[in-house]
Amino acid sequence: MGNIYKSQFAKKSAVVAGISLALGLSLGINNATAADFPTAVVNTTGLAVTDTSVTVGILHSATGTMAISETGSIQAEKLAIAQINEMGGILGRKIEVIQEDGASDWPTFAEKSKKLLENDKVAAVFGCWTSASRKAALPVFEKDNGLLFYPTFYEGLEQSKNVFYTGQEATQQILAGLDWIAKEKKAKTYYLIGSDYIWPRTSMKIARKHIEQHLGGKVVGEEYVALGDTQFGSVINKIKLKKPDVIYAAVVGGSNVAWFKQLNAAGLNAKKQTMLTISVTEDEVLGIGGENLEGFYTAMKYFQSLKNPNNEKFVAEFKKAYGEAAVIGDVTQAAYLGPWLWKAAVERAGSFDVDKAVVALPGYELTTAPEGYVKVDPNHHLFSKLRIGQWRKDGQADVVYESELIAPDPFPKGYQ
Amino acid sequence: MFGYTMEEVGNIVVMQGFSGLSLFSVLLLMALGLAIIFGQMGVINMAHGEFMTVGAYTTVFMSKLAVKYEIVDSYFIFAIIAAFILAFFIGYFIEYLLIRHLYKRPLDTLLATWGLSLVMQQIFRSTFGAKEVSAELPEWLLGSFKPTPDIDIPINGVFVMVLALIVTVGVYLFMFRSRGGLRIRATMQNRIMAGAVGINTQKVDRLTFALGCGIAGVAGAAFTTISSTGPTTGSLYIVDSFMVVVFGGAASLMGTIASAFGIAQAQSILQFFMTSSMGKVSTLMTIVIILMMRPEGLFASKVRK
Repeated sequence: MGNIYKSQFAKKSAVVAGISLALGLSLGINNATAADFPTAVVNTTGLAVTDTSVTVGILHSATGTMAISETGSIQAEKLAIAQINEMGGILGRKIEVIQEDGASDWPTFAEKSKKLLENDKVAAVFGCWTSASRKAALPVFEKDNGLLFYPTFYEGLEQSKNVFYTGQEATQQILAGLDWIAKEKKAKTYYLIGSDYIWPRTSMKIARKHIEQHLGGKVVGEEYVALGDTQFGSVINKIKLKKPDVIYAAVVGGSNVAWFKQLNAAGLNAKKQTMLTISVTEDEVLGIGGENLEGFYTAMKYFQSLKNPNNEKFVAEFKKAYGEAAVIGDVTQAAYLGPWLWKAAVERAGSFDVDKAVVALPGYELTTAPEGYVKVDPNHHLFSKLRIGQWRKDGQADVVYESELIAPDPFPKGYQ
Repeated sequence: MFGYTMEEVGNIVVMQGFSGLSLFSVLLLMALGLAIIFGQMGVINMAHGEFMTVGAYTTVFMSKLAVKYEIVDSYFIFAIIAAFILAFFIGYFIEYLLIRHLYKRPLDTLLATWGLSLVMQQIFRSTFGAKEVSAELPEWLLGSFKPTPDIDIPINGVFVMVLALIVTVGVYLFMFRSRGGLRIRATMQNRIMAGAVGINTQKVDRLTFALGCGIAGVAGAAFTTISSTGPTTGSLYIVDSFMVVVFGGAASLMGTIASAFGIAQAQSILQFFMTSSMGKVSTLMTIVIILMMRPEGLFASKVRK
């Protein structure tokens, strides 16, 4: 059936060779001091780089509706930057951070991007969260030739010279998850439900095509609820009538909490109904309550409970920095990758110049990622695995499935 | 019928009927406090949703205490009372500090209370964190009641319904069968006359506003069982609340009840037969058309202007 997400994956030996090369390279450069890299050489475009420091921007919503989601990303980016500084910084320079608040307002993201790039001359920005905020900021980054690391899993259909996407694009998150549930649960009928905006709609379009054309399944219902809607009585009754094998859900925000609470109260718990969602991370579980999610599945590239040495170290350090109660969701981890990838880009380029860093990053393999291993594709997205987590009552997930490494494909043929 | 057995259709009709009633009680509960503040006093309280959030956070806080002292089974009733008291007193002070200076400038109250809602949201965020939280609910509020194996009646829905009934009856008795209610109605109908016969109208204003806020607090506490608790939770309810009150006819309690019932049934049925978004859009369209024909709302108050 032509798995597009496996096709690029024949070259395992090349990958292994790449890891050792990258390791050697980064180790060699970490011992470098600023003196080895004169400012005039590493910064030819007037960025905020001095002999001892380099300035970057963090641009997320610390206030407004989206603060609930973006706070984790801010924390992760700051943690990564602090760790890089502890290791001696980048090209012998400490990273300084200017944090701006997008305030959950998309035009504000554009304004603040402009401020960061034109006034502060930051060398890179880690930020944006919703697609709407990224779309608002994108023209500014392209005009001012800035560099943005964007952490959220999103709908794809975008690729910019000035942006690296550290979350998954839609096909990476959707296809392997559907394959798994079709095989594991022998699912034939699917009910698609999402919030009514671009990400769920694009995702469901891809999901429907995959279900109908590749899995031989049937979509028995496709539903979008208004953002912020909290009443699911009628929708749940429709689902009860249609009796789908699987509910495939991408509901977000306050609606998400209401959806799970009311679903459970209506008797559709995991014992009776299989559900795969692509919009619940550890962050959301706090609000939904573990008892309402127990047994349901989520498809993400990262779960806090992931067992590997990188992740155990990351979780420990995150909790040390932000308290024992802190939880880490998929996007938080992806945000953590941003500063590390930027460091790699600059060191491979031997320069802070955006043009040089941008071309130096593709092909880079980050072996210290909490999610395990990621590789930067020439299309500026990351190779990553997909995992299926099954929620426990305590708000953590058991990883029940892990895919092969999946190549990013932001413009999937046959899915648009 | 449409490939479903009669029994399946019957079950769905029962559950669908219930979800209509459930939506009715949710809308009623969220609009009652506003019906008093906006309907009786004419104050456009954009911070209504945030008073509901006060109630929600009170419940979450009480649930933490309850877990600590192992009284999870019974705390919820106390949480609702605490939510009322807290929201009542916050409302009381807000009226004293802010609202009473703006009675003659209704559009300014709109701006001022909107600002207040932003301030309150940020206070919630700074105090409780930006992330959503959930209250530990007692066992008896979870799950569903099953009269037959295929019918599930959500218990939290029944709970909200009972609470909506109690609060509505309580508000009715207070407004129409007590001295306090009489004073409120007298003040709202003719402030000067009410003052002349010895009613302390300023005190009445303050208590009326606080009462509306207190009821919002109760609604917020009840909604922790069916929905989310976060700094911006209130904004999920504010539009629906105003819709119910305005559609019902601002000054009429019966109007609010009728309007909540009408909107709930229309929305519930339309959302079943159309998609969820389209159901909501159609409901709103109907409301707009009816309001164009009856600008005063369903139950216009008959007062001399």
